[in-house]
Amino acid sequence: MKQTTFLKKIRESQLFWPLVAWALILLFNAIVAPGFFKLGIIEDPVYGKRLYGNLVDIFNNGAPLMLVAIGMTLVIATGGVDLSVGAVIAISAAMGAVLINPALGNQLITNDILTRNATNTPLPIIILADLAAGTLCGLWNGLLVSRAKIQPMVATLILMVAGRGIAQLITNGQIMTIYYTPYFWFGNGYILGLPVSIYIVTAVLLLAWLLVRKTAIGLFIESVGINTKSTYYSGINEKNVKLLAYTFCGFCGAIAGLILSSYVHSADGNNNGLNYELDAILSVVMGGTLMTGGRFSLLASVIGAVVIWTFTVTVYSLGVPANALLAAKAVLVLLVILLYSDYSRRLTNRLFERRGSQHDRAN
Amino acid sequence: MIERIKTFVARYGALLLTLVIFLSVYFAGGQLYPAMRKPQVFFNLFINDSSLLLVSIGMTMVILSGGGGIDLSVGGMIALVSTASAALLRAGVSPFIVLPLMIVMGVALGALMGWIIQSLKVQPFIATLMGLFFTRGMAYIISLTSVTITNDVYRTFALTPIHIPFISKAYIYPTTLVGPIMLIVAIYLSFFTRFGRTIYAMGNNEQSAMLMGLPVARTKILVYAFSGLCSALGGIVFSMSLLAGYGQFATGMELDAIASVVIGGTSLSGGVGNVIGTLFGVLIHGTIVSILQFNGTLSSWWTRIGVGVLTLIAIGIQSIFSVKTKRS
Repeated sequence: MKQTTFLKKIRESQLFWPLVAWALILLFNAIVAPGFFKLGIIEDPVYGKRLYGNLVDIFNNGAPLMLVAIGMTLVIATGGVDLSVGAVIAISAAMGAVLINPALGNQLITNDILTRNATNTPLPIIILADLAAGTLCGLWNGLLVSRAKIQPMVATLILMVAGRGIAQLITNGQIMTIYYTPYFWFGNGYILGLPVSIYIVTAVLLLAWLLVRKTAIGLFIESVGINTKSTYYSGINEKNVKLLAYTFCGFCGAIAGLILSSYVHSADGNNNGLNYELDAILSVVMGGTLMTGGRFSLLASVIGAVVIWTFTVTVYSLGVPANALLAAKAVLVLLVILLYSDYSRRLTNRLFERRGSQHDRAN
Repeated sequence: MIERIKTFVARYGALLLTLVIFLSVYFAGGQLYPAMRKPQVFFNLFINDSSLLLVSIGMTMVILSGGGGIDLSVGGMIALVSTASAALLRAGVSPFIVLPLMIVMGVALGALMGWIIQSLKVQPFIATLMGLFFTRGMAYIISLTSVTITNDVYRTFALTPIHIPFISKAYIYPTTLVGPIMLIVAIYLSFFTRFGRTIYAMGNNEQSAMLMGLPVARTKILVYAFSGLCSALGGIVFSMSLLAGYGQFATGMELDAIASVVIGGTSLSGGVGNVIGTLFGVLIHGTIVSILQFNGTLSSWWTRIGVGVLTLIAIGIQSIFSVKTKRS
């Protein structure tokens, strides 16, 4: 009897399905490409001894998506959606690249100055400017949704369309290459052999978790997502709850932009964070948070993002061309849809329940 | 009399204002750049935005049907249709087989998405996201590079100008007519058929539409199939006007389409708005683009910023009107 309730608890946890999906992809790799799990330690000229291997890459490359997924979870939990995160990533990346640009303010712009390993602005200020730009974007979205009462999808669509234009405006339409090496640390650096980005994700996840689970904010967010009106009547300022969720999402997007531009050493208003909003929403849905809002799990969304990146790396390692990845992703979405549909839920429930009852009888 | 004016404004105010925005943007362009006063510039709006108009018509119907209805797959569908038709034509298949085949494919994919949304109770956003990934991915699987079309039938359609009567030196192409024809079809469907009334009823309240005995499930699938038809036609027009097929065509067109629909006065929660407004939404988009082209020094990213700002203005106006409607 005890065992069945334990099983039920596991099955009803939001972490169950994303973990199952991840396990399935890893199992597939274990069969098809055993080399997938190989981990090694190499001596890095800059960062000393570090781990390398596919699994490390998944977490390192997937860090921006995980960050965005954390912010997106809170927004979706309030019953909204933030389509602008990709554009926020581009804005934050453009901001960083422009502030670093050593040619800024120089009268004579030569290739020599442009490619110099130097910065125009101190690094802490660059980081602050990045974060401020993204948070401002989030604040804008939040104000449109909570104060102007525009539907979330439309309100964030405005910044999604205009944001990439703004990012290109910042960089003057150019793809800016970054040559300032300390900036690369966020996307390529290592602490104790593990990528810096993993630590950043952990820190943000911890911050968000403390925010929503150790204060009442998490409860407020869920309550807004389930019924905004009744939340208002129970004396909670539902506007500020929404504002906070969108602002936090912008903040997460800004960090993601920082890591992404640092990883690829450049800022491109057109392509930085392209389709990240779609992947982030997919991660959140995979994590079992409903798009209508309500109950949410931050960790499940992060695992959802990990699943997407594991899938991406797997498909690449099978030799599928990058562009055809989209078709494979469509299959992934289809599987998620089928896995999460009421029909399959009922099926698994019945399966488990029957086994449980037999177990009881045997006892 | 005043009461009647009030109801008229409440009902058609958003549409009228969209029209006013379009006219003022257009005439502002004419004031800034005298070359924009030529009648051909107006027809160019239809020529350049013919596929955007087509997908926006389908998008309007989907959004009107409510329940978070949205079709993200339109841009991908254009890419897939253009690439598939280009590849088939290169393989020597007759265009009179290719064209119906593409339309059938579009309708089938649309209906499939509609079925997934309806029977598996999936959010339209997720289901059509899958459609977007699938169509774009398939386009790349068919060909990683651009495929040119050399077929004579396609060339005739693409390059024969039709002169506009009574206006000198004004012309359109045969492909330009597809959008306005579909617009008339959509107006007929949405205002004069049971199908259209069911869409509006569903958009306002799906539950009560179902309790009224309306065929909600069937209509929902048909709406997505209609959007698939529109985007397949959009893809055909797109491939004809560029005489090529490529997986990267129409990237982000779903956003332009949604923005046009919203600028045209359709509410994303469904049930409010119409396709006529969408036409002006598309024309506004086209006008911004042509103003930037006439300016020449402004860069392409101003299009995006302009569309974003106009969407904001349009929504602001609509929210004022929706408050007024509620009061009356």
